[in-house]
Amino acid sequence: MKITGADLFVKALRKEQVDTVFAYPGGQAIDLFNALYGVEDIRVILPRHEQGLIHAADGYARSTGRVGVCLVTSGPGATNLVTGIATANYDSVPLVCFTGQVLTGLIGNDAFQEVDIVGITRSICKYAVTVRKRENLAATIKKAFYIARSGKPGVVVVDLPKDIQRELGSDAYPDSVEIRGYNPCVPAHAGQLKKAMELLKNAMRPVFLVGGGVNISRAGTEMQKLAEITGVPVVTTIMGKGAVPASHKLYAGNIGIHGSYAANMAISRCDVLFSVGTRFNDRITGKTGQFAKGASIIHIDIDAASISRNIAVDVPIVADAKTAIAALLEMAEPLEIKEWREQVAAWKKKYPITMKKEGVTPEKIIRSINRIFERAFITTDVGQNQLWATQFLDLGEERRMLTSGGLGTMGYGLPAAIGTKIGNPETDVAVITGDGGMQMNSQELATAVIYELPVTVCILNNGYLGNVRQWQEMFFDRRYSSTCMRWRKSCDTACNKPGEDCPAYTPDFVKLAESYGAKGVRVTDEKEIDRVLKEAKSRRKVPTVIEFIIDREENVMPIVPPGNALEDMILEAGE
Amino acid sequence: MKKRWLCLFVENEVGVLAGITGLFSGKFYNLESLTVGVTEDKSISRITIGLTGDDRTFEQVKKQLNRCVEVIKVIDYTDTAVFRKELMFVRIRGCSEKDREEIFRIAQVFDAPVVDCNRNGLLMESVKEERDNDRLIALLEKHYVNHIEVVRGGSVAVEAL
Repeated sequence: MKITGADLFVKALRKEQVDTVFAYPGGQAIDLFNALYGVEDIRVILPRHEQGLIHAADGYARSTGRVGVCLVTSGPGATNLVTGIATANYDSVPLVCFTGQVLTGLIGNDAFQEVDIVGITRSICKYAVTVRKRENLAATIKKAFYIARSGKPGVVVVDLPKDIQRELGSDAYPDSVEIRGYNPCVPAHAGQLKKAMELLKNAMRPVFLVGGGVNISRAGTEMQKLAEITGVPVVTTIMGKGAVPASHKLYAGNIGIHGSYAANMAISRCDVLFSVGTRFNDRITGKTGQFAKGASIIHIDIDAASISRNIAVDVPIVADAKTAIAALLEMAEPLEIKEWREQVAAWKKKYPITMKKEGVTPEKIIRSINRIFERAFITTDVGQNQLWATQFLDLGEERRMLTSGGLGTMGYGLPAAIGTKIGNPETDVAVITGDGGMQMNSQELATAVIYELPVTVCILNNGYLGNVRQWQEMFFDRRYSSTCMRWRKSCDTACNKPGEDCPAYTPDFVKLAESYGAKGVRVTDEKEIDRVLKEAKSRRKVPTVIEFIIDREENVMPIVPPGNALEDMILEAGE
Repeated sequence: MKKRWLCLFVENEVGVLAGITGLFSGKFYNLESLTVGVTEDKSISRITIGLTGDDRTFEQVKKQLNRCVEVIKVIDYTDTAVFRKELMFVRIRGCSEKDREEIFRIAQVFDAPVVDCNRNGLLMESVKEERDNDRLIALLEKHYVNHIEVVRGGSVAVEAL
């Protein structure tokens, strides 16, 4: 039977078991939307901005493990996806983004709303392609889903010219696809695994470094088992946090420039560093020359290009985390490292991450979220709110965090929570965001309201772009350049003295929430924190925006200053 | 820093070359020459790349190229026995009669035949390894500075039998 490209598109979505499409219409996508009209088994979610749209698809994909699907029009619709594509791809999130495109005959003519979106996104996605012939449409979509979800997951962009959407052609959709240059499933090298295990068994001071790859491959249970059998302390990256419960006695904390003392010391003093699914990003290594100095390093990663890129590795293993850890489990046995384990535990006990201050502190808010949101997804924005979340959130199987770890995209938190709630209607979803990041996609409050998504949005409002301000305070002589969110024309151009007289904050987040039809609350008293969060959690249809007024100059501590080795941390503010 | 050679088999599709060159520019990798042409299988193109880099960067280059969905195979030709040749044309203008004699002599010595000539100038064709072409250019530049136009094609390479 002959059907249009648009009808084949819908058929392909069904075959790929897509139940939700995050979509924003436009002239060059109108045929695709027409084909989706009235379709019962595919929900079409209409966010309020394409950037919000793709972060929502990203949240949906991260929280469900399924491929997130975006559909937008050509030109600005497509370019508005760019930040979200980079965000998702950087954190290995499987997305397929369909972009409308002008007629093939018009491509290159500077037609209305024409951009070369494939050219723009090529370097920030896993694969990008324009469908040039109707006969290639089915195979291209099949390929897109396969590439997005296999191996190291990522983003695939499929550009669909309008004439291809309209052209009649075969209704066949392939069951499988072969790509000769793409072999995502390499079995782990048995010899290397054995070598790694031997190294571990002979270690005096071994440590596991668990990255986001373990969470992506859903290998937390296996990882925990491996740690428990061997008795080796566990350190995570931000993206790996929760793979082993944060409350576990073997868990030492996050590594990195805002990591825990115990974690950074364990990495700095270990003799065997057994890492899984991390790319040794500059945020976690500190000064690379000093990183895990003297230790033998084992590195399991699905991406060969991540191995020995930033840190030279002694035993490289290219493999999926889950299969590799499963193989290691068969060889694992308890290690005689009691003293080392006690040393790491002692560091952890002596230098916990804590904020001592009175009042509404981020620590109190986040610990309250831990108590009240027992089974939940927590999304974060980027900046101090994110760092505090990574420090204080008690993550594990029941409570998981979604954060833009690689790209560090402000504006991620709210839309990601929306997508998460859509994919997990039975699970509570909360957002930890800042007053800056909230304003980068606040229009998505409308989406949360119209789809009756009761997400709890916690804005930590300090009236500053706090993370940059912290750096300006610590490393730039308190020159608060363009970081004050309460600054107005009436203020001095150079001001670093927040005080009672500062102009009122705009917008009024409570009124903003109410104007969208959400519930808005402001919290200035620490005694209110629990109650307000409980009330927010109990709302079943309406999102709640809670504006927590926090200390204006609170810092994220500890911190490894730029250029320092991991163990050279500043533990407390003013130190 | 060492001179390296890579041979790539890639899908003969639109945008593949852009992806590969974009990878080099985006990641600050050095790229000295690149040639591309279709193989006996029309769906596959073969690319020869010459670059200079340290061991670690070069390893990354190979890994990053291997990651590309459209790249079928990456072969390191750096320390392999290969035949490698570059096509080069050199046009020399404003030659005197004496110059012509000299150029014909050079052509003979360098095995770079003069393939066209008129009253004003000569056109030489040279198919050699890059460094031999470099030497030929150096020599011609010495004698005919500002009179020469060089068209280099970049190297193609194939393994020895």
